[in-house]
Amino acid sequence: MLVHTALDRVAQIARMWAQSDCPVVIHVDAAVPDADFAALRQGLVDAPQVSFSARHRCDWGSWELVAATQDACQDMLRLHPDVSHIYLTSGSCLPLRPVQDLVAYLDQFRDTDFIESVTTRDVSWIKGGLGLERFQLHFPFSWKKQRRLFDLSVRAQRKLGVKRTIPKGIVPHMGSQWWCLTAKTLSAILNDPNRKHYDDYFRGVWIPDESYFQSLARRHSDQIESRSLTFSKFDHQGKPYVFYDDHLQLLRRSDSFLARKIWPQANALYDYFLGDGPRNQPQLPPARSKIDRLFNRAMERRTKGRAGLIMQSRFPNKGVERVLTARPYAVFQGFADLYPNFQTWITRHSDFVTHGHLFHPLGVQFVDGQTGYLGGLTDDAAIRDRNPQAFLTNLLWNGRSARHCFQFGPDDNQAIGPFMARDGNATIHVISGAWAVPLFHADISFGNKRKIAANLQRIEAAHLKSLGERWVKARVTVWSLADYLQNPTEALSQIARDLSLRCDGFDDLEMADMAGFAQFLQDLKNAGMLPFIMGEFPTALRGQDTPKPHTKYEPRQNDT
Amino acid sequence: MNLWQKYKLRLRRQRLLIRAWRKSRELRVVQDYTRNIQPNDIVILSTMRNEYARLPYFFDYYRAMGVRHFLIVDNASTDETQDYLRQQPDVSFWTTGASYKSARFGVDWLTSLQHRYCRGHWTLVVDPDELLVYPHCDTRPLPALTQWLDEQGARSFGAMLLDLYPKGPVADARCGVGENPIDTLSWFDAGNYTIEKNTQFGNLWIQGGVRTRAFFAKTPKQAPALNKTPLVKWARGYVYESSTHMILPRGLNLVYDFAGGEKPSGVLLHTKFLNIFAEKLDDENSRGQHYASSREYQAYLQQWQENPELWNRWSEQYINWRQLEILGLMSKGNWA
Repeated sequence: MLVHTALDRVAQIARMWAQSDCPVVIHVDAAVPDADFAALRQGLVDAPQVSFSARHRCDWGSWELVAATQDACQDMLRLHPDVSHIYLTSGSCLPLRPVQDLVAYLDQFRDTDFIESVTTRDVSWIKGGLGLERFQLHFPFSWKKQRRLFDLSVRAQRKLGVKRTIPKGIVPHMGSQWWCLTAKTLSAILNDPNRKHYDDYFRGVWIPDESYFQSLARRHSDQIESRSLTFSKFDHQGKPYVFYDDHLQLLRRSDSFLARKIWPQANALYDYFLGDGPRNQPQLPPARSKIDRLFNRAMERRTKGRAGLIMQSRFPNKGVERVLTARPYAVFQGFADLYPNFQTWITRHSDFVTHGHLFHPLGVQFVDGQTGYLGGLTDDAAIRDRNPQAFLTNLLWNGRSARHCFQFGPDDNQAIGPFMARDGNATIHVISGAWAVPLFHADISFGNKRKIAANLQRIEAAHLKSLGERWVKARVTVWSLADYLQNPTEALSQIARDLSLRCDGFDDLEMADMAGFAQFLQDLKNAGMLPFIMGEFPTALRGQDTPKPHTKYEPRQNDT
Repeated sequence: MNLWQKYKLRLRRQRLLIRAWRKSRELRVVQDYTRNIQPNDIVILSTMRNEYARLPYFFDYYRAMGVRHFLIVDNASTDETQDYLRQQPDVSFWTTGASYKSARFGVDWLTSLQHRYCRGHWTLVVDPDELLVYPHCDTRPLPALTQWLDEQGARSFGAMLLDLYPKGPVADARCGVGENPIDTLSWFDAGNYTIEKNTQFGNLWIQGGVRTRAFFAKTPKQAPALNKTPLVKWARGYVYESSTHMILPRGLNLVYDFAGGEKPSGVLLHTKFLNIFAEKLDDENSRGQHYASSREYQAYLQQWQENPELWNRWSEQYINWRQLEILGLMSKGNWA
C-alpha cells in the first residue's frame, strides 16, 4: 500500500486486509510528519500481518515511487514467502467486494499476472502527448513545477534528434500502476541479473511508475492478463476521478475488486464496503458501460459544454463555435410584409413557435402577443437592446424544447444581424424590398414614404451585405421582391421543404394588394430615389397591375 | 494585455492592499477565536449590519456544509446581532462604526482579515442573505469541493447571485428567525441574464434576473452585477476589486471556460426580498451607504409603490441544485 495522506483510512483498510489473512506492507511517504507515521504504526501494533517499508519521498511521476514499490515488494516477499499474488494499492483504494472473493478469484488464476500493459503505440490515454518519447528522451525538469523548461527541453531534444537507447530485452509498455502480480513474476523482476542496468535506465524515463513493472512483467511473466483489477477513471487532464458517497450505487455495479480514488471522508462508501454491505446485499449485475457513460458525460460537459448555453462558467470566445444557439431556428424577412397572414399561416402548417418581430424597436413581439416569455424574458426593448445576442441566445436556450421562428426587417434593431449570420443554427429567408409593400399602403404623405424608403433600403442593403460575407454560417436564401413575385410557389415550396412545413398548397396565404405597386416604385424613381433592392419591376407597362400569381404547389417526385 | 496594462493592474492591486491594511485600523476586536482555525479549515467572512433575523439559519446552513470558522465584521448593529455572535464558539468578530461605503462596502475590512488569518485557506465571502449552492451540495460537503479544486489546480470558484422572490408582495414574505428563507422566497428568473466580458479584469459581467426585470427595465445598464467569485483559496497579494464581483490578480477571475466547455460553478441564492428588506429600505436609503449612491435603492423604493409583486407566470420555483444545473445557471463541469 503506497500512502501519503488520510492515514486513518489507511489503518482501516490495512486492518481489513490483515483480518482476512492478507499480509500488508505499507509505504508511508517520507513527506508525512514523523508523528503521524508513529501514530499510524502504533495504531496497527496489534496487527502483526501489517509492516512498514523504508520510506521514500515520492513526488508525482518520480522514480522514487518505483523505488518505494520495489522496497515494499522485497519486504513482502521476504516476510511472507508463501503469498501467491501481490496487489499494489494506494491509500485511497477501497475494496468493492469481500476479500474472500478476491482470494478465490486469484486462486483460480494462480499463474496469471493482472497488469495493464500496453505498447506505447497502442495507448490511447496518454496525457501530455508523450508516448514512445517517454522512453527515448531525457527529463531533467519537473512537469508539474517547471512546465516551461520541461516543454522547452522536450522540443530541443526533438530538434536535436536525441534518442536514448532502450536496454536490450525491454519492450516499452505502459499501463495503470495498480497491478496484481504473482510472487513468481515479481521476484523474477526484482532479482533480474540486469536489474541495476534497467533501474538506471528507468530512472530517466518520464513517469516510470506507469511503465517499469508494466515493461518488465512482459519480460518475466508467462501469462499476462492486461487489465487492472482496480477500477479507476481519468479525466481529460489525466487526473483520476474521485468517488463520493453518492457514487455508492454506481460502485456496486462495478465488476472490479478495488476502486480508486475514494474521497477519505466518503463515510457512506467506507461504511458500506468495509461493513457487511457487499456480503449481505446481492452483487448487482456489472454495468461498466453505465459507469463509463457518467464519467464520459462529465468530460464532455467540461470540454464541449452545452451548445447554445452562455452562462457564468461557459463563455466561448468569438469564433470557436459553429452554432451559437441551442436550437435551429428560422428567420423570415419580408414575408409578413407581403402576406399579412403569414404568421398565422406558419403556425397553422408547422410546429414552429412563431414570434413576430422579436427585434421591433418598440418592444419584443413574442408569440401570441405575450408580454413575457420563458426564463423571465420581457418585452422591454431597453432590456433586449442592452444585449441583443444574449436576448436571442436566452430565448432559444429557454425554449429549446421547441422550434422557433420570427420575423425580421430593416425596421428592427439591426445589431442582431451579424450574430444570426455567424450562427449555424439560423435559416434566414429574405424577400428583399418587401418592406415597400406596407409602406406603399401606409396612410402617410408620399414625401415621407420616399424618405422612409431610402432609409429602409440603406439598412436592408447593409444587412444583405453581411449575409453575403464569407464567414456566414447561417443558411441564407434571398429573393428580390421582383424575382419572388415571378414565381412565389417555387420559393414557398423551397421554404416548405427546408423547414418541413405541413402544407400541400399555398392558397391560404393571402398576398397584400399589389395593384399600383409598380407605379409606386416608379414614383419613387421619379422623385429621385433609386429603389434597387426589390429588383426590376416591369414598369414599362404603365397603369397595368402586377399579376397575382397563385398556382397550386405540386410536390416533386423526390419530395415524398 | 500588454506590459503597461499589467503593470497598472499590479499598482492597483498594491494600492488596494495598502488601503485594506489602513482600513483594518477601523476594526475593534470583540471576540477572537482565530487560534482555533485548523490548517485545512474553510473560513467564511462576512460584513453585516442589523441582520440578526437571518443569522441563526445562516450559521446553521454553512456549518452543515462543513465551514469551520466565521470571521464577521459587525458594522454597528443596533439589534441582537452582537449578543448572538458572542454565543457562537466558531465566530470571531470585530465591530466598527466607520463608513461601510468608504471601506469599499466592507471589502477593505474583510481583505485585511483574509490576509491576517486566511492565507492558505479556502475562504468564502458571503453576505448574510447569500446561501451557496454548488454541484452535489446535497450529498457532498464543501471540503469535498475545495479538495477537488485543489487537485485540479483551481484557486477560485464562481457562483453567480440568483435573486429569489416570493409569490405575492414582498411585504408579506415573512420568515421566522432560524427558518429557511427559501421556503418563503422560492421563485427566481431562470433565463434572462446577460453576460459581457470585462477585458481589463478578465471577469464576466453578469446582469439580469428579477432586479433588471422589475426595477431597471428602462435603464438595464445600471442594474446590479450578479457575477461573483466568493470562494477563493486565499494567498498573499490577493485582493477583491469590487465586492466579490472582481478579484486581482486577474487569473482568479477565470472561473469560466472560453473554448466552449463548462467549468464547475455554483449559485449564491440571494434571499434579500423578505419583508425585513422592505422595512430596511428606508434605513439604507437615508444612510446612502450602498453601491452607486443608493441608485439601486432609489429604484427599489420607486418601483415598490407602483408594483410590489415580483412574481409572474414565467417565474421558476426553486427545487435543488440539479434544477439549476439543467436550467444552465450553474454547471457540474467535470466534477462527476
